[in-house]
Amino acid sequence: MSVLSITRLELLIARRNMWVATSVLLMALFSVVLTLAGGATTGSLAVDPLLVAVTSITTLSVYLIPLVALLLSFDAISGEIERGTLALGLTYPLSRAEILFGKFLAHIIVLGFAVAVGLGLAALLVVWKYGIADISFIPLVRLFATSLALGATFLGLGYLLSSLVRQPGVSSGVAIAFWLVSVVLYDLGLLGALVADNGGTFTTSVFPWLLIANPTDAFRLLNMPEIAIAELATGLRASGPVSGFAGQLTSLLLWPVVALFLAWNVFRKVEP
Amino acid sequence: MTPLTINNVVRRFDELTAVDNVSLDVEAGQRIALLGHNGAGKTTLIKMILGLLPATSGQIEIMGGAPGNRNARRFTSYLPENVAFHGALTAREQLHHLAGLKSVATKNADEFLERVGLASAADRRIRTYSKGMRQRIGLAQALIGQPKLVILDEPTSGLDPISRHEFYQIVKELAASGSAVLLSSHALTELETSTDRIAILSQGRLVANQDLAALRRTASLPIRVNVTATAETIAQLATRFGGRRINGSALELTCQQDEKVSLLAQITDLGDIIKDVDVVPASLEELYRHYSKNSLEAK
Repeated sequence: MSVLSITRLELLIARRNMWVATSVLLMALFSVVLTLAGGATTGSLAVDPLLVAVTSITTLSVYLIPLVALLLSFDAISGEIERGTLALGLTYPLSRAEILFGKFLAHIIVLGFAVAVGLGLAALLVVWKYGIADISFIPLVRLFATSLALGATFLGLGYLLSSLVRQPGVSSGVAIAFWLVSVVLYDLGLLGALVADNGGTFTTSVFPWLLIANPTDAFRLLNMPEIAIAELATGLRASGPVSGFAGQLTSLLLWPVVALFLAWNVFRKVEP
Repeated sequence: MTPLTINNVVRRFDELTAVDNVSLDVEAGQRIALLGHNGAGKTTLIKMILGLLPATSGQIEIMGGAPGNRNARRFTSYLPENVAFHGALTAREQLHHLAGLKSVATKNADEFLERVGLASAADRRIRTYSKGMRQRIGLAQALIGQPKLVILDEPTSGLDPISRHEFYQIVKELAASGSAVLLSSHALTELETSTDRIAILSQGRLVANQDLAALRRTASLPIRVNVTATAETIAQLATRFGGRRINGSALELTCQQDEKVSLLAQITDLGDIIKDVDVVPASLEELYRHYSKNSLEAK
């Protein structure tokens, strides 16, 4: 009951702070634009048009979902410390795990709603343009489910940062820096290492592990159609059991659990 | 069962001993003022009572249980200093949520809003509230669930005099209904009439823990007797009693508690010469300075 009460309150706050509107607008806008743009170039090819849209939206979601998740979570703990409401909340009969989980539920609902609206609009557009006959909805469902996992991961990491940093001003900066590193610089670093290594042991034995260790890369690989994966694998000569489907799925399922556990482990020692 | 017992509690932060061997009980229906400088250990002590901070040694019991456990938290309510509820919520939403956490019906939460005078503003966003109104939400949530122990940390900072008066009225009712109230404050004058006992912390140690009359007896600070006569007769009085001339027609005398009655008798014997007599016992502020200073000198 306490968990749901916190979730309800956080949803109210998210709605009034325009976080819901902002995330839905972002996801909807980009999904629609990418679906229309993707259709323009491949409209005449014999490829599932929804698959094209999903591929485009995946590329975008890799950046957008972690960003939205971090924006929702960066002040979840630090903001309450600053306002003094954490000290008060902790004197009420509920555990820290309940507080954290209540917030998490609210934020994942906001994120899930935004993604659902975006993907729903994309699917509607595709059906409206091409009809429903040749379309497989599996990639769409897969993208939705993996988006939730990716979002949950970055929500958890956001709570972790928020508990560690304690000041909302600082935690927003740290969150943006963290986002930049995990979705942009990490891949650039890997690419640089690959080029420098020039097909050596790093490329064959270390790189696949590093690639799927990053949940954004696991997300990207999981949602790319077969062709894209084949291209990537042959191009980098890094195909194998590690970076294959099982590895990707394990990474994406394990990350939310690990991130939330780490967040809880730091939060339970936070002194308000 | 005693709502709050504190036994030989010590809290150290590295080299610093923030709370040094403090023992203190608060009985049901009692209002205790906790006084002390900034850094005297008040907040540390309060955090330990709430279970937000473990004690280095010693025991704290709330209704016979350890602080911070579910039972203790259900019995305890707390008003933090400078709490700022989320501006996007209304007072009613915030209070319903908190009442729910203590398994109290939302109807009761509405009554508390009314009790603190927020009924008409309850459905406005907290963002639009004045400082005093925000403090009232804090007080309203402290009333939830018939608490056995109420901890109020600097509760009247930022309140205007009328609100302060109403605030102490509510505290009085709380105590009358059987809650033990521990409140810390810097506003000493208002505590004189609105608490049953004064506990003074200085450098982490409890240097006083008595009611006001007992504090005065122990401190034996001089009592001031202000005598007013006329411009013609005041010099005569000054030569007889000594003391200090305040203005053209008044004299300030000081005496100890046991000399007070005989001094007053001598003064009243003078008959018509005396226009007025005022007896001023040591104020809480003077007592507070006395006890804090003594403990500093003892160190």
